[in-house]
Amino acid sequence: MQRNGLFIAQLLFTLLVCAFMFVPVVLSVMAGFTANYIRGFSSGLTLRWLFEVWGLYKDAIGLSLVIALACLAVTLIVGVPTAYFLAKANHWTTRLVEELLVTPLAVPGLAIALGLIITYGGIREFRSHWTFILVGHVLYTLPFMVRSVLAVLSSIDLKTLEEGAASLGASYWQRFFTIGLPNARSGIVAGALMVLTLSVGEFNITWMLHTPINKTVPVGLADSYASMRIEIGSAYTTVFLLMIVPLLLLIQYIAEPARPSRAKAAVVPQPAGST
Amino acid sequence: MTAHSIGVPVRLRACAKTFRDGTRALEPLDLSIQGGETLVLLGPSGCGKTTALRIIAGLESPDPGGRVFFGDDEVTGVPIEKRKVGMVFQSYALFPNLNVADNISYGLKVRRVEEGERRRRVESMLQMMHLAPLRERRIDQLSGGQKQRVALARALAVQPRVLLMDEPLTALDAKLREELRLEINALLRSLRITTVYVTHDQSEAMALGDRIVVMSHGRVAQIGAPREVYHRPASAFVANFIGTTNRLDGQPDEGWLVLPGGRLKLPESFVGGGTAYFRPEDAAILDEVQSPPEGALAGTVSAVSFLGDRMRLLVEGVASEPVIIEADPRRELRVGDRIRLGIEPRRLLGLRSDS
Repeated sequence: MQRNGLFIAQLLFTLLVCAFMFVPVVLSVMAGFTANYIRGFSSGLTLRWLFEVWGLYKDAIGLSLVIALACLAVTLIVGVPTAYFLAKANHWTTRLVEELLVTPLAVPGLAIALGLIITYGGIREFRSHWTFILVGHVLYTLPFMVRSVLAVLSSIDLKTLEEGAASLGASYWQRFFTIGLPNARSGIVAGALMVLTLSVGEFNITWMLHTPINKTVPVGLADSYASMRIEIGSAYTTVFLLMIVPLLLLIQYIAEPARPSRAKAAVVPQPAGST
Repeated sequence: MTAHSIGVPVRLRACAKTFRDGTRALEPLDLSIQGGETLVLLGPSGCGKTTALRIIAGLESPDPGGRVFFGDDEVTGVPIEKRKVGMVFQSYALFPNLNVADNISYGLKVRRVEEGERRRRVESMLQMMHLAPLRERRIDQLSGGQKQRVALARALAVQPRVLLMDEPLTALDAKLREELRLEINALLRSLRITTVYVTHDQSEAMALGDRIVVMSHGRVAQIGAPREVYHRPASAFVANFIGTTNRLDGQPDEGWLVLPGGRLKLPESFVGGGTAYFRPEDAAILDEVQSPPEGALAGTVSAVSFLGDRMRLLVEGVASEPVIIEADPRRELRVGDRIRLGIEPRRLLGLRSDS
């Protein structure tokens, strides 16, 4: 059958792409559980490497989470109102700001980091503090949050919605919290997921900004690949996944409720009364 | 029904609007709207009608010197959220994150109306606008007509001092527009709330307005009751914009107008010189034997459109331009038929031609 042939071809292609994406991750994770990578699974499975990573790098794991969450908080507090303002103002200057916000994406992470070191590196307290890395992460992730929220707000007629709300007596902040934010929700969630993953996985900037005591997971991962057994590096991958997946699920879960309720039934008995 | 009593009068004094790029959207406008009156701002796009509405709403401020009053309160510097107006938009502007009932109660919530009262008012709005079965619906589950009813209910729930409607029916299809127009008309008559209604649709304006303000290029072309504006248009622009008007260009000759198709007697003290206007329904098709003392015009039917309740004819040869007339739809008339038209002198309008 002709359809069958096409179907099988498509299936094979899909599986091939999946394999291309997932096999390295799966192999890496598996390597972290094998007792001896060179000898393969015959050497047996173990959690030893995982615990070793935890023992050696629990500070890095903690710091990665702290930085990611702090980065999320900053991009939410700064990025969402920025996007809201940009969506409402219709002026060439806002276009300019929008474009400027994206420039950190065009500049390599290493260059951003170098810029930060040249500018603020002299302030020793700051240079050795984890917030120094945070600044780099915020610079890098903020455009993603702003863009994502802005895209959603631009797809609805925010200006008229706001005018409607204002005509009903809502003040600026009431409008922001009751109309702007709820309607930007999907953009905020998408932006938050992006910021978290990018921050947890960020390497370029972090590698330049990190100090021996302020290390994040990706930097630790690079260290362990470079200097330790491959099993430890691989176990690191597992730790990475264990860290990021619950975080992403949590965000999705927090963002889930609060859509207006669907009509349960089209016909609701009408209470007797005036027309 | 919620008692809205009589709405407040609204006055505009010398309200002009020049946009930042220098465009003059509105020439200084003086307007008095009586309490409870429905005033329609009518005109083609760019005539300043929406700008005038937005100045009343508080969404635009007039150029310095312009003043807006609601009753005895001057509201010129008062932002829209403090003006207590109700506004209905062409695009509905319903909040997609809220359901029907929550949209209606939004204004009551932000104004901190106590919960029992809030529920009572939302309920009465749902009943009044026949929306009760839809109260839990999401906005994207509503038809255009339902959306606009929700928008109207939402605007009225806050018991506004003035109701402002910006082309509320334009986004709807013809049949729905007609239905909702009747509904709005009945509602405005029963509520007696001061209403300013913006539209570019003359039939909407005539059906809804106590008075119509015809606007053109940021200026008022005429203010008057629908009948007045229709039967005694102040200018050729108004005559053309409201309904269909035919133009007869001829030579005045001692109380008569001489045209290619014949002669017509002009009314006493006619001011139009050699140009007269008439409405399609004011021309009568004459029988062959009739020769009325007011004169007649001969012409050839060049197009016939049968509309059911009436028939529209395009007649050529009467004047330099073809004229449109209405005829009894039962009459057998075909393209190419020669006909004669009679028009009573008092139906001939002399208008100053304007900008």
